[in-house]
Amino acid sequence: MGSIQLQHVNKSFGAHAVIPDASLTIEDGEFVVFVGPSGCGKSTLLRLIAGLEDTTSGEILLDGRDMTAAPPAKRELAMVFQSYALYPHMTVAQNIGFPLKMAGMDKAAIDAKVKEAAATLNLSSYLDRRPRNLSGGQRQRVAIGRAIVRQPKAFLFDEPLSNLDAALRVNMRLEISELHQQLKTTMIYVTHDQVEAMTMADRIVVLNAGNIEQFGTPMELYRTPANRFVAGFIGSPKMNFVDGAEAAKHGAAAIGVRPEHMQVSTSAGAWKGTVGVAEHLGSDTFLHVNVDGLGLMTVRTEGEKQLHHGDTVWLTPDPARIYRFDKDGRSLRAN
Amino acid sequence: MARAASTQRKVTVTIVAWVVALVIFFPILWTVLTSFKSEGDAINISHFFQTPWSIESYFEVQSRSDYFRHFFNSVIISVGSTLLALLFSIPAAWSMAFAPTSRTRDIMMWMLSTKMMPAVGVLVPIYLIFKTLGLLDNAWGLMIVLMLMNLPIVIWMLYTYFKEIPVDILEAARMDGATLGKELVYVLVPMAVPGIASTLLLNIILAWNEAFWTLNLTAANAAPLTAFIASYSSPEGLFWAKLSAASTLAIAPILVLGWISQKQLVRGLTFGAVK
Ligand SMILES: Nc1ncnc2c1ncn2[C@@H]1O[C@H](COP(=O)(O)OP(=O)(O)OP(=O)(O)O)[C@@H](O)[C@H]1O
Ligand SMILES: [Mg+2]
Repeated sequence: MGSIQLQHVNKSFGAHAVIPDASLTIEDGEFVVFVGPSGCGKSTLLRLIAGLEDTTSGEILLDGRDMTAAPPAKRELAMVFQSYALYPHMTVAQNIGFPLKMAGMDKAAIDAKVKEAAATLNLSSYLDRRPRNLSGGQRQRVAIGRAIVRQPKAFLFDEPLSNLDAALRVNMRLEISELHQQLKTTMIYVTHDQVEAMTMADRIVVLNAGNIEQFGTPMELYRTPANRFVAGFIGSPKMNFVDGAEAAKHGAAAIGVRPEHMQVSTSAGAWKGTVGVAEHLGSDTFLHVNVDGLGLMTVRTEGEKQLHHGDTVWLTPDPARIYRFDKDGRSLRAN
Repeated sequence: MARAASTQRKVTVTIVAWVVALVIFFPILWTVLTSFKSEGDAINISHFFQTPWSIESYFEVQSRSDYFRHFFNSVIISVGSTLLALLFSIPAAWSMAFAPTSRTRDIMMWMLSTKMMPAVGVLVPIYLIFKTLGLLDNAWGLMIVLMLMNLPIVIWMLYTYFKEIPVDILEAARMDGATLGKELVYVLVPMAVPGIASTLLLNIILAWNEAFWTLNLTAANAAPLTAFIASYSSPEGLFWAKLSAASTLAIAPILVLGWISQKQLVRGLTFGAVK
């Protein structure tokens, strides 16, 4: 069991409210990702749930019980830190077994559990090593092993993959997703990488300056972003925004078009422009087009397009996929 | 040219270093030499190296004032006060390093400032307190007073070490279910062992050499080696050789300890300066 509920949580450092007022209900077994730009309060929110920071006001409920004042050790949550935070003076086996030792389990039982966890994570042959003699990926695994060895109510991950190289990151991402399928334990995962967020999450919390902008499934956020911030943050490459007269034509203060929702033509279309940079990825081509009167726009087209710097192109947005925003940036739904 | 100049500089620096070292070491050397003379020969500087050598002073010193009892007291007092200091300073340094408040800096400065106060300024109150509590000439009393004397330095040293430990690791321990006590015992202390070891060594040396409180608060029972030396320093009579023998006996153990652990000590004292 591991539902997590935040009720009007506020966290201030001095006069600076890092989290002004956050309310959130995370269901048991959910994989929730906190995503947002650097410094928006993702780590702070996670640390509040962990008990590593005290709330300034508001309540935190775990399984319906008020745990606002409980120390981390009493919350039965496991955390994986960005720095891994392994105990350097202990072997891998001792690291993984540490939570069990703290729980007062006897040595034989600890050994068995550690072996089991190590087997799941391909760490069996490293059990006697110290963390400094492990690679980054192995350290990461030990950190995860230390978290899964006891049955916590929930796992908290704070950017666990950001110190790994790109290939390893993709692997670990899959492994963590698989782990969630197996364990079915609640997981909260902090990242600023929206690809990680989209691929791993059951539901995503988008944070901006400490405020929860939207909480929903990846596809909800993609299809029906609540506001301009979410629309711009979710999706890669980023959504193109246009305001002024062009937006007014659609009865909005601003409109947004995703790069994948535009047609490119060399002969005719709605918006005329010049190709600035063309990025050829093989499977896709990203065009950065200087549109006359509207500014720089990014377009994603499938396959290899023979377009280069200086070519003149016409862009046509898919009329059904135009996002409309009012002057405060809120989404306008009905057309 | 540049190479020649730098060689010259090296030679100069080496010579200066040797001279300084010799000047510092000379009194110790002379004390040791004097201790192997008879009382009459000890003051006869002009024929110092012609007169015979003897170890008689050592026997006399031992028979007159029992070296080993004083030695034993010194060990108990210096080790005891150091362990006592660690007991208090580890939690103190933990809180200053990992749970600082806006006043932590001021408190640390205030602690350090107490070291600038002349000890004699509080001699009378401490003497009276000790008298009332029956702690005069008592090993416990000395342990407590030396612990208090060195506490600021011990806390500062440990604080510097603890600052080097990533707070994440302590937080990980908390997440793993460690109570505060277990966090200290299983995670912080083992990680800080090198720092704690050099703090311990330095504090033992400081406590061993401490002469003000040990002389003023002891008489016979708890008197350590400092008192043992002092008993031979007299305005009247010829005690040079015996005084030297006593001094040599008193500093020898700590000299050996310092020699064995000099690497630890230097590392400890320069820690933080060279990361
Ligand atoms: N102990 C603290 N004292 C004062 N301000 C703090 C403290 N911890 C965090 N902050 C501030 O709170 C804000 C949010 O920090 P937080 O670490 O939660 O951001 P984040 O979303 O995790 O960013 P990143 O993606 O860079 O890790 C930042 O502006 C930060 O400066
Ligand atoms: Mg962070």
